[in-house]
Amino acid sequence: MTALLDDPDPLIPAASTTSENGKRGGGGGLLRYIIIRFLLIIPTVFILVTVVFFLMRSTGDPITAAQGGRLPPDELARRIHEAGYDQPLFVQYLQYLGQIFTGNFGTTFSDHQQVTTVLVTYGAATLELAFYALIVAFIVGIPLGMLAAYFRDKGWDAALRIFAILCYATPVFFAGLLLKLIFSVWLGWLPVSGRASIGDELTMQSLPHPTGIYLIDAFQTGDPAVVGDVLAHAVLPGIALGFLTAGVFLRLVRTNVISTLSTDYVSSGRSRGVSEFRLVRKHAYRPALIPIITVMGLQIALLLGGAVLTETTFEWKGLGFQLAQYLQARDYVAVQGIVAMLAVIVAITNFIVDVIAALIDPRVRY
Amino acid sequence: MATTSAMALVVPRKRSLLERLPIVHQVRQSVGVQRGMLVTGLVITAVFVIVAVFAPLIAPYGFAQLHGANGKDFGSQQPPSPEHIWGTTVGGYDVFSRVIWGAQTAASVIIVAIVLSIFAGVLLGLVSGYLGGWIDRVLVVVCDAIYAFPTLLLAIVMSIVISGGQSQVWGGILAAAISITVVYIPQYFRVIRAEAVRIKSEAYVESAKVVGASTGRIMFKHVFRNSTRTLPLIFTLNASEAILTLAGLGFLGFGIEPSSASEWGYDLNKAIADVTSGIWWTALYPGLAIVLVVLGITLVGESMNDLADPRLRGRRAVAATAGETADISVVPGGPNEAPGGLESLEPGAGIEEEGIEVRE
Amino acid sequence: MNATNPAQKPTAHDKHTSHRGTGDTVRIDGLSVSFSTDAGAVKAVDGVSLHVGAGEVLAIVGESGSGKTVTARTILGLLPETATSSGAVFLNTDRGEVDVVTLTNKQLRQVRGPDVAMVFQEPSTALNPVFKVGWQIAEGLRAHGKISKKDARTQAIDILRKVGIPDPETRVDYYPHQFSGGQKQRIVIAMALVLGPKLIVADEPTTALDVTVQAEILELLRRCRVEFGSSIVLITHNMGVVADLADRVAVMYNGQLVEQADVSSLFANPQNDYTKRLLAAVPRIGGGTVEAVERARVRPKGWAESEPVVKASGLRIQYPGRLGRAGFVAVDGVDFEIRPGEVLGLVGESGSGKTTIGRSIAGLTRVTGGSLKVLGHEMNGVSERSFRGSRDQLGFVFQDPASSFNPLLTIAQCVAEPFIVHGRASNAADARAAVDELLEAVQLPKSFGDRYPHELSGGQRQRASLARAIALKPPLLIADEPTSALDVSVQQRVLEVFADLQRDFGFACLFISHDLAVVDIVADRIAVMHLGRLVEEGAGEQVLEAPQDAYTRRLLASLPVPDPIEQAKRREALQELVASEG
Repeated sequence: MTALLDDPDPLIPAASTTSENGKRGGGGGLLRYIIIRFLLIIPTVFILVTVVFFLMRSTGDPITAAQGGRLPPDELARRIHEAGYDQPLFVQYLQYLGQIFTGNFGTTFSDHQQVTTVLVTYGAATLELAFYALIVAFIVGIPLGMLAAYFRDKGWDAALRIFAILCYATPVFFAGLLLKLIFSVWLGWLPVSGRASIGDELTMQSLPHPTGIYLIDAFQTGDPAVVGDVLAHAVLPGIALGFLTAGVFLRLVRTNVISTLSTDYVSSGRSRGVSEFRLVRKHAYRPALIPIITVMGLQIALLLGGAVLTETTFEWKGLGFQLAQYLQARDYVAVQGIVAMLAVIVAITNFIVDVIAALIDPRVRY
Repeated sequence: MATTSAMALVVPRKRSLLERLPIVHQVRQSVGVQRGMLVTGLVITAVFVIVAVFAPLIAPYGFAQLHGANGKDFGSQQPPSPEHIWGTTVGGYDVFSRVIWGAQTAASVIIVAIVLSIFAGVLLGLVSGYLGGWIDRVLVVVCDAIYAFPTLLLAIVMSIVISGGQSQVWGGILAAAISITVVYIPQYFRVIRAEAVRIKSEAYVESAKVVGASTGRIMFKHVFRNSTRTLPLIFTLNASEAILTLAGLGFLGFGIEPSSASEWGYDLNKAIADVTSGIWWTALYPGLAIVLVVLGITLVGESMNDLADPRLRGRRAVAATAGETADISVVPGGPNEAPGGLESLEPGAGIEEEGIEVRE
Repeated sequence: MNATNPAQKPTAHDKHTSHRGTGDTVRIDGLSVSFSTDAGAVKAVDGVSLHVGAGEVLAIVGESGSGKTVTARTILGLLPETATSSGAVFLNTDRGEVDVVTLTNKQLRQVRGPDVAMVFQEPSTALNPVFKVGWQIAEGLRAHGKISKKDARTQAIDILRKVGIPDPETRVDYYPHQFSGGQKQRIVIAMALVLGPKLIVADEPTTALDVTVQAEILELLRRCRVEFGSSIVLITHNMGVVADLADRVAVMYNGQLVEQADVSSLFANPQNDYTKRLLAAVPRIGGGTVEAVERARVRPKGWAESEPVVKASGLRIQYPGRLGRAGFVAVDGVDFEIRPGEVLGLVGESGSGKTTIGRSIAGLTRVTGGSLKVLGHEMNGVSERSFRGSRDQLGFVFQDPASSFNPLLTIAQCVAEPFIVHGRASNAADARAAVDELLEAVQLPKSFGDRYPHELSGGQRQRASLARAIALKPPLLIADEPTSALDVSVQQRVLEVFADLQRDFGFACLFISHDLAVVDIVADRIAVMHLGRLVEEGAGEQVLEAPQDAYTRRLLASLPVPDPIEQAKRREALQELVASEG
């Protein structure tokens, strides 16, 4: 009762109460939830954009940061005035908000590109990498997590948990370096870096409709060798980034399945002779999946952070790699633009994830 | 009737001070695999702390030393040898010394970061959770927004803000620590706030309200002291994340300059090119150092988490004849913490409370 | 208690039942179960021998920690890994008699379901929230042999109809949260019945339910035996439920079986001292009327006209809704008064709004409509700051003894809080003399002041809670289900202490409870709440003996009494009542 009073989290769908008369609420609960959840994207993005803007600008204007010392003072002042960086900060902030509202995230300093163009050009590569990583994470993390829960407190469980912690404890760039050392340098099985061989890259770029997602482009060329080349390049980065997330998934699945296994409804299944394995696979897994999916939304953040490091390690020319380049060049307009755009992407992904979680939970669906 | 007065005669056994100390208590409580993991984690963490404290004694050379006592340069990318047991880096530093000194940097950053984020996060969480209202709503939205964002990117932005990207010894460590702090405040905030919200509806807080205690008194006497129980656990988990974030910053060139202090992530960044040419020692050792330290701290944190949760805690098996027959409600420790396994089986006679008013 | 240690162990084969012989559905022989806990090994069951005949209902009765649930779970081999058991549990199956204790996991699975099934206490947690109920019923069928989807569905619909779920063809595709608590328990029973078990183990099957729903579920369990021929092992702490359903009763205490008898002789002529005390402790309707009449008689003239301590008129409390949604109206248009020194018992089922009223009087829940005057303050729109000064005139006892004390403070520190807050003492040590006096008043030894809350039992904590509530001798006390989390014998003790304090201190009291019999013991007047409204109010004997409202009549008739013969009559009366209401 008091829980209702406190209203601890307006995001938790309010469908948990059931009256003695049977059903209550009827339809519309899900739609309402989706709308409210969607509206919450706005403050999230707004807050992040604001925070990033004021933080970045508190160090001074981007022109001085990038060019300071290399230009004579009057030239510097002239450029600052031209770009409007001598106006009051709040005016600049409003202008910036206005720009973002119209989809203009600014122009980079070092190579004079629209930030949105940078996103389009390099976003596909990051998307592709994230896709590989998620596949690895799902294939490795979820079944192993269920196995660990099934064997809880036995030797297998301990081994899997250590494996999970190691996945998480190993920085992606170190994992990447080790994989490169072993599989590329010593064994020579896989390419060292990049997204494809230069020849193939040119072939794909000359396609009539290149998507930027090399796997799709490779299939467009119709040449199996190109597909193989693209996949060979993807293996190591995919594993390096995927295992990081796999470790998190494994731990999440294990803990949630174990807690679900101690519920009454699992005991109830057991009391009707349902097998232990089926209890884990059916009864415990699906309810456990709901918190897992919610947390997965937060993993997107980890994945993006990891992508920056992975791309740098493997010279995977994606958004993260580009971000690191801009950081090296002290191009803070580009950094600010990319970070703001990532905020939008993260907010939208989290929204989608929450909706999926709501769809799985029938308590919300009706 | 006689039931209760008989209970009064059973004097609860007080645990000795040693047994109640945080870590000792948990080691005693743990069994089997869990104990193995906890002890392993503790050993690794202890080694890390010792190395960090005694780095000047352990490391044969300074972290920025380029030549030995004879004035001769160490040389670049030298393979392991008796003089340089883990070889030298591309910049001509001794890898072993830098790894040892790196422990000191990592430890300093962890300590500063944790101390800062506890103060900020705990205070905000307490106020937000207990007072509620619009402050709470605003703080929750802000923290959730930050929480969902890649921590590494935020840390980069913070480190640009604080140090303009380059930094010196303490400046660097502070900058890194503050960047990490800002990133982790939302995590402390969430945990403490959730605790505060839970405790707020506990009967003893409501009782204090009915008695007429002031808000400040309730917050600090009742809510704060009870909501900090989970903190040691978050420490360990955040300590490991702090190391990873620091290494990530260093790897992207936003860490500490090699001449100011030794930092594992920076060394790994410089090792990218080495690996391509088959030079393994410059990458392997700093990397392993990170993995080991994070592994150790995480093992401690995970074990403590399991032990704190009766559902995840393993227990010894007992012989069928063992144990006194005792009324469960007077088992020392009482229903608050004691018979986890039994509690779920024998939930008390008058459990009507469950179904009575909670659905209102 | 020590002096009357239950020593007389009855023989497994009681004279009333020995003729059943080996046709027993289950036979437990010298069962002992130990658990490994943080505090070391605890023996939960100690040398218990029992048997249940075909079609028989055996009730295992006991208070918390008596080992009754553990005993019952052993029949299905459903003990956690921390448990070790010895002895034998012979179960009569299609394949002959098997000893459950020695079965492998695979063999256990074959036994569970077709031979023995279980009904759990909390229906809302015993159903998996993310699967349709039809699927969950079919799950048991699938576990015991191949069955087509269509057949499984047909059987699920069939069994749902049999347990009284209306419109089962549609509802088979509903999720658990779409059913009410009572319906969920019917579905849990259906899940057990669909496999046609010879034995159903029902673990406190009605404890989580309201008393009117409890009556319906008990009726359903009775039909299980008649229509399906199942034997039932009924675990309960409620003597009324035992009297209603059981053929034979086994009383457990501290892991041991202290008495076993058929139901009529157990209630009429209990042999064991513990059983006698247990039966004596059960509150019975009409038990408090004499005292209430006596209290009314000695009241001074003009009392009826005195200014009430609490006066509600048209009281309405609505909880704030989420994001524009209308909030839940917990209390709607309620009028009542509490005069000085008077105990008003507030009775109702879950969701009736009774706790909300108590909380609003204490200023814990905001009044949203009408008027509520407490100690001269209008609570509608009151600010905490202006009310705080009057808080020394108000005491509150909470329901849950486990959380009513700050775990980090000693009992003395907790009880001293009111003194410190209202400036009567500067610190806990200063207030200690007064605290000791209070502890004595609630019959706790002074030394308990130095203990921490978790070192006290539930009943002791509830008495300490009373001590804290009356510390400043307030003219008004609110007791919110103070005994509902306690065992019946402990409850009796707390109620006695309460009555003594009320007599000595003369405070007015709002006593909230779901149990009519408990309210009857302490209250001068009784008010009955139903779905946020006050449906009936009057003197105790008037409400209990000649209820005017239909709901009160139903509530009263649903309450099982600890007397099998009387209960059989009441059951018929209830069925007539329900039938007449249509």
